[in-house]
Amino acid sequence: MIAVSEKITEMPGYKLHVIETDKYKTNTIVWRMKAPLDKENVTKRALLPHVLQSSSAKYPTTTALRSYLDELYGATLYVDLAKKGEYHIISFLIEIANEKFLSDPSPLLRKGFELLTEILTNPHKSGSGFEPGTIEKEKRTLKQRIQSVYDDKMRYSNVRLIEEMCKGEPYALQVNGEAEDVEAITPENLYEYYQHAFSEDEMDLYVVGDVKEEEVKSFASELLKFENRTPKDTNGRESNQKENVHEVKENQDVKQGKLNIGYRTNIKYGDPDYFALQVFNGIFGGFSHSKLFINVREKASLAYYAASRLESHKGLMMVMSGIDNNNYDQAVKIINEQMEAMKKGDFSDEELTQTKAVIRNQILETIDTSRGLLELLYHNVVAHTEINLDAWLTGMENATKEEIVAVADKISLDTIYFLTGTEAGK
Amino acid sequence: MEKINFDQLQEELYHEKLPNGLNVYILPKKGFNKTYATFTTKYGSVDNTFVPLGKTEFVKVPDGIAHFLEHKLFEKEDGDVFQQFSKQGASANAFTSFTRTAYLFSSTSDVEKNLETLIDFVQEPYFSEKTVEKEKGIIGQEITMYDDNPDWRLYFGLIENLYEKHPVNIDIAGTIESISHITKDWLYECYNTFYHPSNMLLFIVGPVNPEGIMNQVKANQAKKDYQEMPEIKRQFEEEPLHAAKKKQVMQMNVQTSKCLVGIKALHVDQQGNEMLKNELTMNVLLDLLFGKSSANYNQLYDDGLVDDTFSYDYTQEQGFGFAMVGGDTSDPEQLAARLKDMLMAAKSAGSISEDQLERAKKKKIGAFLRAVNSPEYIANQFTRYAFNEMNLFDVVPTLENISLQDIQSLAQEMISEERISVCQVVPKGK
Repeated sequence: MIAVSEKITEMPGYKLHVIETDKYKTNTIVWRMKAPLDKENVTKRALLPHVLQSSSAKYPTTTALRSYLDELYGATLYVDLAKKGEYHIISFLIEIANEKFLSDPSPLLRKGFELLTEILTNPHKSGSGFEPGTIEKEKRTLKQRIQSVYDDKMRYSNVRLIEEMCKGEPYALQVNGEAEDVEAITPENLYEYYQHAFSEDEMDLYVVGDVKEEEVKSFASELLKFENRTPKDTNGRESNQKENVHEVKENQDVKQGKLNIGYRTNIKYGDPDYFALQVFNGIFGGFSHSKLFINVREKASLAYYAASRLESHKGLMMVMSGIDNNNYDQAVKIINEQMEAMKKGDFSDEELTQTKAVIRNQILETIDTSRGLLELLYHNVVAHTEINLDAWLTGMENATKEEIVAVADKISLDTIYFLTGTEAGK
Repeated sequence: MEKINFDQLQEELYHEKLPNGLNVYILPKKGFNKTYATFTTKYGSVDNTFVPLGKTEFVKVPDGIAHFLEHKLFEKEDGDVFQQFSKQGASANAFTSFTRTAYLFSSTSDVEKNLETLIDFVQEPYFSEKTVEKEKGIIGQEITMYDDNPDWRLYFGLIENLYEKHPVNIDIAGTIESISHITKDWLYECYNTFYHPSNMLLFIVGPVNPEGIMNQVKANQAKKDYQEMPEIKRQFEEEPLHAAKKKQVMQMNVQTSKCLVGIKALHVDQQGNEMLKNELTMNVLLDLLFGKSSANYNQLYDDGLVDDTFSYDYTQEQGFGFAMVGGDTSDPEQLAARLKDMLMAAKSAGSISEDQLERAKKKKIGAFLRAVNSPEYIANQFTRYAFNEMNLFDVVPTLENISLQDIQSLAQEMISEERISVCQVVPKGK
């Protein structure tokens, strides 16, 4: 048994999740908003949290707001955007010191709640829109944020793989929105979208730390009230499976080639074979004892990194490796051979036991951090499931070789993307 | 074994120095699943000229060898230590910095076994010509990966600008050419010189019983026959106080320009409390000048010269140090000019108020509490502090004692035109 107790309460317009623990010297408050990904709104959603966290009616400039955060013993406030399956998720995160570790004992948790409330519900307005200066600045920064993906080649090649692989599916949209849609956003239409999002998104509030559930509930019910809603679901199975493997090579001025391979696992979080898929990924490419690391890096000396990871709500598995531009054929061949080996059940009991031990360790380590714990718990919101961590660990522990081979049979290679140096392209 | 209490933080630390010179620290963390342990040697990429153990003359070793050694220590006659750790449900790793090489594992079960594996693999090297050659391909790809990374190039470009002689100006991993000269004999020479227990520190943090763990480490070390070690002789050329180069512009395959402004530090011979005070004062000064609540940051942001990649940092070690500030920008020339002006303006007294200083100190104290939620932070930073004769748990009291006078005199002294340098990455063809 793992001692994580998540207490969930229905609140007006959102769910409150409280996790009481005395592990940390700070308390963490996270507000999450989830809506289906779509081209029309993705860019507005990417801009909105940055606008809200830059100022508010009470703290009308960034300097005023940030000075107040400094005053609260450097409380952190930041926002984050994520894609999980075909959903776009906005997070606001506040981490605030627990005063019992400070020489000054004035309580801070309520101040954290008040600040979150201010940011979410009392924005800096002008007329019927947001304050225009803020919108201009944040639009400029958003454009730069979208553009900067190009400069990080590891990230760029992953984004390009998804674009190629999921063309026509909402999942192909970028988490920070589309550069060409930034300009059309105005203080007024973003404000409209803000009201829309707060009336229709599925919203969750997480509080982790040395807190009392009753106290947190009373803060939340006093400060944060919204209209009840029925959250929108995606149909969830949009997937343009291809007849043949899609191979894409892109030439750029890079010294190292980036090889990214996408598979459809056809298994999602909440499916009965999801835990076997986790173990599959562990044996195949998740760790430094996995087949990819051993064969691409240790045996063939082709790469510094060679790994696979899952997208649990979309049903994808991605392999990534940085290789010499000239070693494309050899690397693809070795990776394909590892997948074939998995399909044939060509892995030992030792690999199986070892992988389960490492995954178990990884999960237990993840929940040692408040953020990691929230990520794991949030899977249940996205997938509408109620899988607790014990079920997760047991499910994985019980995965058999036969089940893993059955999982391997469901996995199909979809797209091979290679970002390659100009020399090899000539 | 001594026990040290930190009442305000509600933490306790156990320490013992073993007969062979190894310093062992244990910090019990209740409620955590994970135990995290680091075994660190005070040996990094800058230690490239030294007298090898048992010899009398200085030698200069190939660039990148400390990092190469870190990779190769994982390989044993009967296979790879990564495998051993994962069989025991642990995840293992290592890193090499300018001044340290650390080996580590984290695990939520079999802690004693994993700790034994960690200590033994680091203390039982096995290097062969064949595996050394194989590693050159892997590290070659690691080097190429960093070559394509504009932020890494920018950071190292700025260090090259600041330092003319000191080996901090050499990339930690070396170059493909420099690592081609590495042999197993070179590796043994470095290993024998720098991996003696008296040059190392073992830190364990997690839900452990300190007595039991300490006894285990003592028993492990008692079985090994370490001779007393003479003091390690390292050599560094004399480094001028001013920046070696005022500016460097690198053209790369990017769409957004980048600009960093750096200041070469003074007082890099400090250790102990003096160093702690200097380092924290510098960090508070940078927060006051460039933090998100500062007037400077907000002007730059309003003018569209910086975005959320903007950051600042101060590094100080024995023999070198630098402050850096900057990030992605639409106009690297203007950003460089503005940052330099802001730095120079900070020299004049009166630009910072008591209120601002108090807020900045509160912010740093809160950040420290956040940081000590992390076992990784505690182990890695404690080790770094200890190698510089500082104590991580003195951070809050030292911060509380920083005065406006301290900030002003540091700004006055540290910021100086001839120690400032600029490094930029711009899109090719611009």
